[in-house]
Amino acid sequence: MLTQALFRALDKKAIWLVAILIAVAVLVPASNLLLPNGHPLRLPNYAVPLFGKYLTFAMLALALDLVWGYCGILSLGHGAFFAIGGYAMGMYLMRQIGNRGVYANPILPDFMVFLNWKELPWYWYGFDNFWFAMLMVMLVPALLAFVFGFLAFRSRVTGVYLSIITQAMTYALLLAFFRNDMGFGGNNGLTDFKEILGAPISADTTRAALFAASAIALALAILVCSMVVNSKLGKVMIAVRDAESRTRFLGYRVEYVKLFAFVVSAVIAGIAGALYVPQVGIINPGEFEPSNSIEVVIWTAVGGRGTIIGPIIGAILVNVGKSYFTGAFPEFWLFALGALFVVTTLFLPKGIVGLIGQYRSLTTRREQHDRSAPAAPSPAEVESSADPQPKPAE
Amino acid sequence: MIGAAMTFSRLLATLVVLLGALLVPAHAQTADTTLSPLVDALAPGSFKDRETAIAALVATEDLRVVPLLQTLADGDLYVGKTDAKVVFITGSGATLGRIDPVTAAELGEVPKADLEKVKVNNGLRRVIRTAIGQLTLLSDDPATRRSAAQSILRDADPANLELLDSGISAEADPAILQVMQTARAVLTLKTDATLEDKTAALPLVSAIGGRDALTLLTAALANAPDELKPAIQASIDGLARDRAVWDAAQNVWYGISLGSVLLLAAIGLAITFGVMGVINMAHGEMVMLGAYTTFVVQETIRRYSPELFDYSLAIALPLAFLITALIGIAIERGIIRWLYGRALETLLATWGISLILQQSVRSIFGPTNRLVGNPSWMSGSFDLGGLSITWSRLWIVIFALVVFVTLLLVLKRTALGLQMRAVTQNRRMASAMGIRTPFVDAMTFGLGSGVAGLAGVALSQIDNVSPNLGQGYIIDSFMVVVFGGVGNLWGTFVGALTLGIANKFLEPYVGAVLGKILILVLIILFIQRRPRGLFALKGRSVEA
Amino acid sequence: MTLVNRTLAGLGLGVAMTIGAIAVPAFAQDETIKVGVLHSLSGTMAISETTLKDTMLFLIDEQNKKGGLLGKQLEAAVVDPASDWPLFAEKARELIEVNDVVAVFGGWTSSSRKAVLPVFEELNSILFYPVQYEGEESQRNVFYTGAAPNQQAIPAVDYLMENEGVERWVLAGTDYVYPQTTNKILEQYLKDKGVAAEDIMINYTPFGHSDWQTIVTDIKNFGSAGKKTAVVSTINGDANVPFYKELANQGIKAEDIPVVAFSVGEEELAGFDTTPLVGHLAAWNYFQSVDTPENAAFIAAWQAFMNNPDKVTNDPMEAHVIGFNLWVQAVEKAGTTDTDAVLDAIIGLETPNLTGGIATMLPNHHITKPVLIGEIQADGQFEVVSESDLVPGDAWSDFLPESKVIEADWTAPISCGNYNTETKSCGGSTAVAAQ
Repeated sequence: MLTQALFRALDKKAIWLVAILIAVAVLVPASNLLLPNGHPLRLPNYAVPLFGKYLTFAMLALALDLVWGYCGILSLGHGAFFAIGGYAMGMYLMRQIGNRGVYANPILPDFMVFLNWKELPWYWYGFDNFWFAMLMVMLVPALLAFVFGFLAFRSRVTGVYLSIITQAMTYALLLAFFRNDMGFGGNNGLTDFKEILGAPISADTTRAALFAASAIALALAILVCSMVVNSKLGKVMIAVRDAESRTRFLGYRVEYVKLFAFVVSAVIAGIAGALYVPQVGIINPGEFEPSNSIEVVIWTAVGGRGTIIGPIIGAILVNVGKSYFTGAFPEFWLFALGALFVVTTLFLPKGIVGLIGQYRSLTTRREQHDRSAPAAPSPAEVESSADPQPKPAE
Repeated sequence: MIGAAMTFSRLLATLVVLLGALLVPAHAQTADTTLSPLVDALAPGSFKDRETAIAALVATEDLRVVPLLQTLADGDLYVGKTDAKVVFITGSGATLGRIDPVTAAELGEVPKADLEKVKVNNGLRRVIRTAIGQLTLLSDDPATRRSAAQSILRDADPANLELLDSGISAEADPAILQVMQTARAVLTLKTDATLEDKTAALPLVSAIGGRDALTLLTAALANAPDELKPAIQASIDGLARDRAVWDAAQNVWYGISLGSVLLLAAIGLAITFGVMGVINMAHGEMVMLGAYTTFVVQETIRRYSPELFDYSLAIALPLAFLITALIGIAIERGIIRWLYGRALETLLATWGISLILQQSVRSIFGPTNRLVGNPSWMSGSFDLGGLSITWSRLWIVIFALVVFVTLLLVLKRTALGLQMRAVTQNRRMASAMGIRTPFVDAMTFGLGSGVAGLAGVALSQIDNVSPNLGQGYIIDSFMVVVFGGVGNLWGTFVGALTLGIANKFLEPYVGAVLGKILILVLIILFIQRRPRGLFALKGRSVEA
Repeated sequence: MTLVNRTLAGLGLGVAMTIGAIAVPAFAQDETIKVGVLHSLSGTMAISETTLKDTMLFLIDEQNKKGGLLGKQLEAAVVDPASDWPLFAEKARELIEVNDVVAVFGGWTSSSRKAVLPVFEELNSILFYPVQYEGEESQRNVFYTGAAPNQQAIPAVDYLMENEGVERWVLAGTDYVYPQTTNKILEQYLKDKGVAAEDIMINYTPFGHSDWQTIVTDIKNFGSAGKKTAVVSTINGDANVPFYKELANQGIKAEDIPVVAFSVGEEELAGFDTTPLVGHLAAWNYFQSVDTPENAAFIAAWQAFMNNPDKVTNDPMEAHVIGFNLWVQAVEKAGTTDTDAVLDAIIGLETPNLTGGIATMLPNHHITKPVLIGEIQADGQFEVVSESDLVPGDAWSDFLPESKVIEADWTAPISCGNYNTETKSCGGSTAVAAQ
C-alpha cells in the first residue's frame, strides 16, 4: 500500500527533483571537503551554510505552497512554525553547551544565569536529548497548527480573515518570545552554540553534514508533498481550493482536509526551521516577524504556486538576490524586493514555472503537469472576481 | 523663534533690573560693591557652591537678585573665562554684548568663546524657584505675589513659615490669601507645630485634593504626632478612594483616546479593505506620508513665516489628504485595478509598494526621526475634576470623530457614496446601471488613502515621524477592521474603541506587553466565534 | 526531462548568481586595506545605524587623507544586514571570507552582536561594537567601545541620589535583554544602598510602544508618595519619542520627577520639541555639546563631510572614532593587519577621546570612559551637569551574584573572557579539561 502510494508519488518530476537533491547533497559537501583549497571547482567554506540556508528556505516555501498553492489557505504566519521548529532545535543546542557557557553552569543557559533564574523551566526539560528535541521540532508546530487550524477551519474562517488571523498569531508569538520572562532568551534569542550530536558546530564537516541533511530533508519533503498532492486526498485539497462549498456539498469534510494539509505543512516548516538554526547559528524572535512570513509568500509566488518545483526555485532565487543586493547595492535591496512583489503579482500570476509553462505550451503540446498547476486566476477567484467583496462563508 | 523669545526675555530682564534699580528704592537696596562679589560667586565651584551663593544673594533681599536668578534658571547667565565676572548677554553670533547684572552698565562686546555659561541643574532650578518666591511674596504686583505663593506651596520649605505669616497679614486679595493659607497649612504639617495647629491645617491640605494632597499627606504621616495619625490616615483613605474612582474614569479616557488613534489609523483601511476588498498593506505608508507632509509643511513655515506655526496642522491637513489621495489613485490605476477579485494578490502587490515607499522616504528624508512640533493649542494638559486630559489627545479624539462622521456622510449622502455602495454590493449590476465602476474604484481608493493621510497628520503629533511609522500601525489597523467587521464603518468604530478600552484595562493588570498579546489572542478567538467580525454584512448582497 | 532542465536552470542560475555576486569583489586589488562596515541601512534599525555607517566612511576618508595605513589606502566594504539578525551573521561571514576585510565595525542591538559573535570567533577576525550594552560578555575577537553598565547606569543613579535626593525609583524599559539586565543590576545596587523594595517600580513595554498614557500616569501616581521620585529609562529607540511627547503633554517637569535615559541621544532629541522637557537627563560618555577643541574639530569635519551643517553627533559615533583610532594605532604598532598581532598590540593603547580624556583599551576589551550626565536643553542638545573621572568598563557586573566572581583578561597568563576568580579557572574550560 505504502509502496504503491510511493510509486504514484514518484512520477517523473519528483524522481528527478529528488535525484538532483541527493546529488547536491553528495556533491556540494564533497567539493567543499575533498577538493584542495584554491581548486576552481571547490565550494568555499562560507558557501556551504549559505546554500544550506537557501535549502531550508526552499523547504519552508514548499510547506507554504502545500497549503496555499494546493489547498487555497494563504497563511501569513508560516514563519511562526519555522521559528518554533528553530527554537526547539536551539533549545537542544543550548543544552549541549552544558558547562562550557560563560558562567560554567552545567544546566542553565547563560541568559538564565545572568537574569538570576534558579532552575530550568519545565518546558526546557528533555531538550538535552537529541531525539526528544527532534520530536518536539515536529510535534510543537503540529500541535499549534492543529489547535489553530481546528478552531479556524471548523468555524469556516476563510480567505482574507484567515490570512489576517494567522498574521495575528505570528505577531502574538513575536511579542511573547520577545519577553524575557518567557525563558527563551528574549530578543537575543538562543545563540553561541557549541556542538550538535557531539560534533563541533562550526567544523567544515559538520557544516557539510548539515547541508547534506538539509538537501535530504528537502528531498523527503518533496516526496511527502508530491505523495499528498497526487493522492486522492490531494485531489480533494485542490477541489477545496477551487470550490470550497461545492466540495463540502459533495460530502467531503472540508475542514479535516484543510486541517490535514495545515498540520503536515507546519511539520515541514518546523523541520526546515530546525535545520536552519545550526547553519546560521542563532534563533531569535525576529523570525516571527510578520514581514518574514509575507516574504515566504512572495518566494512561493515568484517560483509558481501550485507546483512542487515552483516554491523551491522561488525561495532560492529571491534569497540569492537578497544576498547579492544587500552586499552590492545595500540601498536598493528594498526597491528590488518591492518591485519583485509588484511585478510578480501583475505579470507572473503563475510564477516563473508558469512562465516557462506558457512558453512551452506555445511551442509544444501542453504537458501533463499543467493540469495540476492552477489556471490564473483560479476558478474560485474567478467566481468572486465579479464582486471584490472578500469571499464570505457559504 | 526661540532665539527671538530669549533675546526678548533678556531685554525684559534688563528692563526689570533698571526698574528695580531706579524705581523701587523702598525695598532693601544693597550697595553695588557688596552685591557684585556675591553675584560673581555664582559662577565658580560645584552646584552646591552655587546653592550657597544663591542663599547669600537672597539674604540681601535686593530685588535686583530676582531677574538675575531668573536668568540663571533659564540658562542665560554667562561668566567671563578670564575675568570671572558674571554677566547678562545681549545679541547672538560670534561676539556677544555684556551687561553688568548689578549696575546694568554695558560692558562692551567680547567673542563668544571668552564666555562660559553658568551651569544650572534641576536642583538649582528648584532652589531658585523658592528663592524668587521668597523675594517676591511681598511684591506689589498681585500676579507676582500669587506665583510666589504658589512656588512656596510647591516647595513646602518650613523655613518660609515666618515670611508666609507676614504675607498673610498683609494680603488683601482673597484668592491669593487662600493659596497662602494652604501653603501655610502644608508647611505647618512639616514643622513641629502644636497639635491644634496641625489639626487645623489638615482640612486645608486635604482640600487641595487629588494626587498633590495625597503626596503631602503621605509625607506628613511619617513624622506626625501619634494623635494626629488616624485623622491623616482617614484623609488619605478618602483621597485614595476618590483617586480610585477617578483612575477608573481616567482609564476609560485613555481607552477612548487609544481607540481614537486606532480608529484614525484603521478607518481609511475600512474603506480600501472593507469596502473595496483590497488588502492594502501600503496603508501604513499612506499614514506615514501624511506625517511627512506635516513635517514638510512645518519646515516651510519655520523657514518662511514662523508666526503661522499654530496653523501648520490646518495647512497640512488638506495637503496631506490631497497628496496621499493622489498617490492612492495612482496606485489603484497603475496596479490594483489589474488585481480585482484576487484579494490575496493585492496583499502581495501592496506590500511591495509599501517597501518601495518606505525606502523612498528613507532615501529622501533620511532614516532618522523628523521633528514635528505641537502647535501651542495642542500642548500641555488640563484637569477636569480628577481627570488629567492632554490637549493633543483631546483634539485627536475630536478629529477622529469628525473624520468618522464626515466619512459616514460621504458614504450615505453623496452621489459618490451611493455609487461606492452600489459597486460594493453588486459590481456587475452597478455597471449595468451605468455607473463608471473604474472611476468609482479609483475615487474610493483615493478616499481611503486620503483619510490615511489625515491620520498621519494627527499621529505626527503623538508618535515619531520616521520611515517606520506606518509599520507600527498596519497590523493593529487590520485587527480593528477584521474585528469590527469588514465593509461596515460602524464596525470599525466600535472595534477601535473596544480594542482601545480593553487594552487600557488590561494594561495595568498584566503589563503592556502581555496585554497586547492577550488582545491578539482574544481577537483570534473572537474571529472563530464570529468569522465575519462584530458587524457582519448580512443579506444576499454578500453571497458570492 | 524538461523538468530536469528547468530545475537545473533554476538551481544553476541561483548558484551562479551567488558565486558571481560573492566572488567578484574578491578579485579587487590588493593594495588597499579593507575595513568592513556592518550597519543596517534598511529595516527598523536603519534609523540609528545609518549614521554610524556614514561615520565609518568619514573616518576612513580622514585616515586616507593622512596617508592611509601602513602605506596603503583604506577601503570601506559596506553591506546591509537589513535589521535581520541571521543576515548579520551571513553578512559578517561575507565581509571576512569574501571581501577579505581585516576588521569590522558594526552592530547596534545586542541581538546583532550575539548573532555575529560565533562568526568572528570561528574566522578569527576583529569586531568593534560601538553601542552601550548590558555587559556580561567579553569575547576574544570583539572590542566593546560603547559603555558597560558600570559606565552609564550606576553613575547616573549616583548622581540622582546625591544631587537630587531621589529616594523612590521607577525603572522603565523596553522588554528586552539590555533593559532587563541593567534594571537587575540597578535594583541590586539600589537595595544595597538601602532603598526599600516598595520604593522601586519596574515596568516593561513592548518594542515600538506608542501609547504611553497609562504608564506616564502610573509614574505620576508612584511619584505621589511623598518621596522624591525619579525615572530611570532604558526605553529603546523609536518608543522614546512618543514617551517624551506624553511626558511633556502630561506636564511632568524635570524639577518634580526627573527622567534619566540611557538610550536617548542627540539623534533622538532631533525628533521632537524639547522645550517642555528641559532638565530631564541622559547619561552617556559623550555629548555633542561638550566644549573641547577635539570635539569642535570633529564636529566641524563631520558636518563638512556630510555637507550638512545641522548634522548632529552622538555617543556611538564617538565610540567608533575611538575604536577606529585604537585599531589604526594597533595596526601601526603591530606593523601588520593580522588579527592575532592586532589583538595583542591593541591592549593598553591609548587615544584621546572627544571629551578631553583618554580612552585606554583594557585587557577585558572594554575601554575607559568618563561618565557624563547631561540635562536636555531647549535647543535639542544636552548640557553637561556632571562629569566623572575615567571609569574602566567592567565586562562582568559586580551587582549580579553569578557574574561577581568573573573577570575578563585577554592578556597572558589568563587570556580568557570569563575567568572565575573563585575556582581560578576560565569559565567552561574546566569542563573541557575534565573531559
